[in-house]
Amino acid sequence: MTASVARAALAPADGERRHRSRRHSTVTAVLALLLIALTVGGLLAGPFGVGIEELLRLVTGAASGATEFVVVTLRMPRLALGALVGAALALAGALFQTVLRNPLASPDIIGVSQGAVAAAAAGMLLFGLSGAPLALMAFAGAVTVAAAISLIAGRGRAAGYRFVLTGVGAAFFLQACTGFLLTRGEVREVQQALVWMVGGLSGAAWPDVAVLAGAFTVLVTAAALTARPLRILQLGDDAAAGLGVRADRARPMVLAVGVALAAVAVAFAGPMVFVAFISAPIVRRLLGDGSLALVPTALFGAALVLAADLVAQYAIPGAQLPAGIVTGLIGAPYLLWLLATRRGGSS
Amino acid sequence: MTRKPAHELSAEGLTLAYDGRPVISELTLTIEPGAVTVIVGANGCGKSTLLRGLARLLKPVAGEVRLDGRQLRREPGRRLARVLGILPQSPVAPEGVTVRDLVARGRHPHQRFMQTWSSADAAAVATALRSTGLEPLAHRRVDELSGGQRQRAWIAMALAQDPDILLLDEPTTFLDVMHQLEVLDLLHEANRTRGTTVVMVLHDLNLAARYADRLVVMAGGGVLAEGAPRDVISTELVREAFGLDARIVDDPVCGAPMVVPISRTHGAVA
Ligand SMILES: Nc1ncnc2c1ncn2[C@@H]1O[C@H](COP(=O)(O)OP(=O)(O)O)[C@@H](O)[C@H]1O
Ligand SMILES: [Mg+2]
Repeated sequence: MTASVARAALAPADGERRHRSRRHSTVTAVLALLLIALTVGGLLAGPFGVGIEELLRLVTGAASGATEFVVVTLRMPRLALGALVGAALALAGALFQTVLRNPLASPDIIGVSQGAVAAAAAGMLLFGLSGAPLALMAFAGAVTVAAAISLIAGRGRAAGYRFVLTGVGAAFFLQACTGFLLTRGEVREVQQALVWMVGGLSGAAWPDVAVLAGAFTVLVTAAALTARPLRILQLGDDAAAGLGVRADRARPMVLAVGVALAAVAVAFAGPMVFVAFISAPIVRRLLGDGSLALVPTALFGAALVLAADLVAQYAIPGAQLPAGIVTGLIGAPYLLWLLATRRGGSS
Repeated sequence: MTRKPAHELSAEGLTLAYDGRPVISELTLTIEPGAVTVIVGANGCGKSTLLRGLARLLKPVAGEVRLDGRQLRREPGRRLARVLGILPQSPVAPEGVTVRDLVARGRHPHQRFMQTWSSADAAAVATALRSTGLEPLAHRRVDELSGGQRQRAWIAMALAQDPDILLLDEPTTFLDVMHQLEVLDLLHEANRTRGTTVVMVLHDLNLAARYADRLVVMAGGGVLAEGAPRDVISTELVREAFGLDARIVDDPVCGAPMVVPISRTHGAVA
């Protein structure tokens, strides 16, 4: 703290500003490059060896049929799905955490993901659903739970705080429901349900990607439209009202976009815990400029899921794990990092 | 700089409550356009509540707040924010935000849907930074500033918003005397040069008497007295509003009425 004050006092003011905005573009560019590298890595990696030249030949239409199958039908949709899911979850977390002014307020902590999981567990174990109906059921579960939480939390002063508390309560309740369903299910079906409940990208296909990409485009546009009032809401409800942004109107809109983003992501890939929780805080800590950082956050989430999926597929030879296991493992070190780098002030 | 249009803000039979418990009851008050109005009163008498009601942050239980005769709650938010701004008590800036970024956010009510930063926005931010003396600190983080500098940054944000009427809740709390005067001088200057109508809550009665064109003295959720400081301040009023025995003398610096409290220890001297 004192060191940074001294640094700020010594630095020529103008130079420091350039430094800050340069940092913003640098971080964004590095994340974009990382995402590209992970995508190329994901296309090349795997037991069926594909080289760079092979990949280039694919572009010119001169690759073998087997290569084309592995790259275009198996690997590309998986990467596209992973990137979209990661970006959607990260954006959902950023919207939730900003509008509720609470780092714990992430859809995977306050019951939205748990709602999708409980609904999906019911769909699989009680009704034998799979594929699109299962995804729809998970989506509906997330949206229903979010609506219930906001009804219980109510409006008015401290509504954001009550929303988070209600959500944490809802998450535990839904976990209990899921646990109950699991103990009652057939072993084979339970095994299948457990894999879904961790979250992963296996079985990704182009039709899924197309649906997710369509939903993602609509929701990202909506998120971009909420960005301006959201920046004003960052100043607190009263100051925002003074600037013409009513918290009781803007907050539900932002939350609705966040819920929808989280719900579609979970519907297609399972919960993938911690992606929504950690992406925005890490990126904002890297930037340190008080910006919403929606674009770098989305890039970070996409890169995180692709990296997690690569690790999950190839870290243990012969054992393909769901990517959600790896994202789940990131949670504990992240919280330690948060504690270690926390600034003196409270916010 | 063109002078502001004169807008009249008024409360009529205004009742404000928290959770059904009334704090302000049936209060009627008209804010004089173009003047500096200072609200004073004992702790908990409802000053902040009144200010929040005037700024449409609290919905009236009964009565109305009117702007130029029109009901405030029927006005669209963004247009209203160009006329009426509020700086709440101890606002919080997002972590890491720079002074310039904070001040720039004050331009929100002037930006149309999907419209980008205009030259009018840039000019307003530059003027606000200059008049608050924050130009050299424009690129610093707000959370790294001293209390006085931080308060100036928020006032710069309000000046960039450039509302015709600016409400402020205790803009000088937690500041030492020198910085209190600095903030009040800034607001006085905005009032005199731009014609901004200023309404603020202050806890220091003597600073209030110095800077106010109109003084509103509150007690128990109502207005005890209202008018020019010289006409309003009296020993009886100070006793009634603050439960304080005091002598009123002339401020040797500017001639405003000055309240000198009599305490148990020092009463005998008087
Ligand atoms: N958010 C709130 N919820 C409930 N009661 C409140 C709230 N804010 C203020 N009050 C109560 O309203 C009364 C007036 O408070 P306030 O307007 O803040 O007084 P002042 O600003 O004059 O010190 C006090 O009794 C206070 O306890
Ligand atoms: Mg107060």
